[in-house]
Amino acid sequence: MLLCTIFIILLLTGITAGLLIKSWHIIEKIPLSELLFSDDWRPLSGKFGFLPFIISSVWVTMVALLLAIPACLLTAIYLTQYAHRRLLRIMRPVIDILAGIPSVVYGLWGVLVIVPLVSHFLVPLFGGTQNTGYCIFSGAIVLAVMIIPFIINILIEIFKAIPEELTEASLSLGATHWETIKYVILRKAWPGIISAFGLGLSRAFGETMAVLMVVGNVIKIPTGIFQPGYPLPALIANNYGEMLSIDIYDSALMFAALLLFIIVLIFNMLSRLIIIKLEVT
Amino acid sequence: MITVIIGPSGCGKTSFLKCLNRMVELYEDAKITGKIFINNEDILHSNDDVANIRKKMGLLAQRPYPLPMNIYNNVAYGLKISGRKNKAMLYKRVEHYLRIVGLWEEVKDRLKEPASRLSIGQQQRLCLARGLAVDPNIILADEPTSALDPLSSQIIEQKFIELKKNYTIIIVTHNLQQAKRIADYVLVMNQGEISEEGTASELFKTGLIQRMEKIFT
Repeated sequence: MLLCTIFIILLLTGITAGLLIKSWHIIEKIPLSELLFSDDWRPLSGKFGFLPFIISSVWVTMVALLLAIPACLLTAIYLTQYAHRRLLRIMRPVIDILAGIPSVVYGLWGVLVIVPLVSHFLVPLFGGTQNTGYCIFSGAIVLAVMIIPFIINILIEIFKAIPEELTEASLSLGATHWETIKYVILRKAWPGIISAFGLGLSRAFGETMAVLMVVGNVIKIPTGIFQPGYPLPALIANNYGEMLSIDIYDSALMFAALLLFIIVLIFNMLSRLIIIKLEVT
Repeated sequence: MITVIIGPSGCGKTSFLKCLNRMVELYEDAKITGKIFINNEDILHSNDDVANIRKKMGLLAQRPYPLPMNIYNNVAYGLKISGRKNKAMLYKRVEHYLRIVGLWEEVKDRLKEPASRLSIGQQQRLCLARGLAVDPNIILADEPTSALDPLSSQIIEQKFIELKKNYTIIIVTHNLQQAKRIADYVLVMNQGEISEEGTASELFKTGLIQRMEKIFT
């Protein structure tokens, strides 16, 4: 058992070290400020500005999270506080199945359903000129649908862990069911809710396949949600293996992986930090 | 007056208590039939809002469950819910009820601290204060001292004796000695039914303790 634990720790440090070593080549050659804040991406001329990819990733993830937050919270509250227990029993496996669908299937669904929907309805609705529909918003919708079951599962566990006596205490003081949920249950569950969305965020940020299929993959800083983007994971997946002959390109992709890794790590640590802080107060 | 309900575990004491404040409705598989009269009003079939009915009964559980907020707001919660917003008035009420349960001197400098930092005994008194703050007529207590140390239990018992002048108090316990110390009236429950009832002095004089020990074993 100890050996397994050590193995897991080694794996983490191994991956970090591997990524660092492999991307060292480009970090040495090009200043970090240029790598992170330049939008000039011309690998063949030795220009590696990661800004379009970083911004695209942030856009897709944030919009996906904004879409997922109300859906997840309302579903979890309904299922644990209002719905008949039988409905919760039926919904658990349904949610698990949704969470288990391969991401490429979600990607296909995005291409076949979401992209045309965005192209024909949503873009004209918001007064844009009609475009292909392959854009940040399509990616965000697909991504939201993917992380929703994952987050709902965690939220259900969190809400179910709140002792019934606490609900009873609030009700006995003359609070209605909704007031109890608002002032007592949500407050008690707050650290858990933050961590659930934090985990969902990390997952969304690294998700590759489904997003790459619908997001457009145009290297340009997106200025609106109906513009195409090119997130970091898509950059790696689309190009790795093709350009291995060019040393610095290979290193650049490794640097993208490192960036992804660090950003997800920061999200994780931030949500943990928030939990610790909230639990103390 | 303090009415004590005693009986072996699983005999239905808690379920009975939960019928009185209609908490039993939270359990989907529970069904209640019959009528419960409080002040000549059938509370099961009342037109009054269930929140209002519950408010008339303070509830004290086996373990204290402070609300996830600071000490002050734990007491002010019920008042705020019922729409009282005047800050000075709220503060006065909170102080008043914290004094009644003998907690004011211990917490007056730390009202903004989370209630979970108090000791279990203090938390239970806080829960009593928060129940009293919404001005109930009845206090329902479900083995309120079973999780407390002897000293804290003694304080809670003392509070009940002080409070019985102004409130109808119903306490569930399986501690016979406690029943003997504080009860005015006793209901004995066994297997879901009331098997014996009467004033405490009468029942204890005629050997209730021996009879109960038989039931318990």
